[in-house]
Amino acid sequence: MSQLKETLLNPIFNNNPIGLQILGICSALAVTTKMSVALVMCIALTSVCAFSNLFVSLIRNRIPSSIRIIVQMTIIASLVIVVDQVLGAVAYDLSKQLTVFVGLIITNCIVMGRAEAFAMANPPVASFVDGIGNGLGYSVVLMVVATIRELIGSGSLFGFGILPLVTEGGWYTPMGLMLLAPSAFFIIGLLIWALRAWKPEQVEEPDYEINSHSVLSRG
Amino acid sequence: MSDQDGGFNKDSIGNIIMIAVLVCLGCSIVVSGAAVGLKSVRADNKALDRSKNVLLAAGLSANEIATRQQIQDRFAEFEPVVMDLLDKRMLTAEEARKEKGIDVVSFDQRSTVKDPMWSTELSVSEDVAMIKRREHFALAYLLRSEGRIEKFVLPIHGYGLWSTMYGFIALEGDGNTVAGITFYEDGETAGLGAEINNPAWKGIWPGKEIYGADGTVALKVAKGAVDPSAKGAQYRVDGLSGATLTSRGVENMVAYWMGNAGYGPILKNMSEG
Repeated sequence: MSQLKETLLNPIFNNNPIGLQILGICSALAVTTKMSVALVMCIALTSVCAFSNLFVSLIRNRIPSSIRIIVQMTIIASLVIVVDQVLGAVAYDLSKQLTVFVGLIITNCIVMGRAEAFAMANPPVASFVDGIGNGLGYSVVLMVVATIRELIGSGSLFGFGILPLVTEGGWYTPMGLMLLAPSAFFIIGLLIWALRAWKPEQVEEPDYEINSHSVLSRG
Repeated sequence: MSDQDGGFNKDSIGNIIMIAVLVCLGCSIVVSGAAVGLKSVRADNKALDRSKNVLLAAGLSANEIATRQQIQDRFAEFEPVVMDLLDKRMLTAEEARKEKGIDVVSFDQRSTVKDPMWSTELSVSEDVAMIKRREHFALAYLLRSEGRIEKFVLPIHGYGLWSTMYGFIALEGDGNTVAGITFYEDGETAGLGAEINNPAWKGIWPGKEIYGADGTVALKVAKGAVDPSAKGAQYRVDGLSGATLTSRGVENMVAYWMGNAGYGPILKNMSEG
């Protein structure tokens, strides 16, 4: 049981898909201007990740290795279509705002990565929990980024005004940069820095050592 | 195929084909099941979204129509009418039902474009908005107060950069001044062309005028920002930066639908009569 708990909680800080594995950055940039949109995206990704892991794991002993990626892809794509349909039915406005990004969960490396790395080698329950864990890891980062971006960029949280805007007679001038994609890069970069300062074992070995400075003797 | 005693070979050709077929079959059942099962709810949401956009175009603020009930209540204030684009006249719901057999509640303007009985092909020179076929009837909405028409909400569509953009343009009772514009469906680039949905940009439209002194469509989407004090500023809307083709699409759309092939003659008749 403790192993399941570890499978669930490990991806949140110790092995965060965005923070450590640097996967799924694309959607983290695109859907984090508003918390409500980011939350829906998190729920969508977590459910796709959990169920794709479950189904891949259920048939893992049957999947021929030569077509395993395509089989995983088919399962993931079907789940994404189902999620998209459900969103259109229950949260039409939000699904309109998310537009292509729900569809792009198909290409989110986290889902594919977990199916290939974990679900192909582990039993269904553990795989399902692993999917939820990684979805949560992704969600934690997304929600932190969205909180910062919405608060600074629009002066609100979940659409409720927190900082009174100048345009509405308040004092806060929103920072437009926060609504643009580059700001998410900066925030994610800072988050990764903070995470690695807290857990130094996540720091990777440098790929190249820079040679120490030396003075060439000419002559 | 023996799959007992480890004799099962998952990499055999037979198993590859079987797994491929089974996975595809299973997935297609799940996907089509979800699509069919949720179809009516989605269609419902779409209709509600359309009503909401009629209201937004007419100038209501998003706060006034936050709930389903509010949208339905306010939408009920609008009178659906049919614009007969062939005979250039407006039909009330009653007339449309009697003369043309059109029921305004179930009339689906978009599907009539595919039907040669209800639409005609446009020649290249006529097809300003790149919509290929023109429908004969358009479903529009009127807001009346004390018998006078206060607002027209007219459906418009035209090709942007990637796909056809669908929306509404609302005019004041004079049939010339813009009261608002919305788009409820587009496939433009997020952050650039999709800024046609930005409330700030849509906020530029109210007060602009469509027809110039000679009676032709004068409203254009300019490149960059428009100096409000410049001559003719009432005929210019700021372009969207980074979205030249989308801006041009919107401009062409307005030119087509407000021009002679679109609502132009009807609006002219009504404001004169």
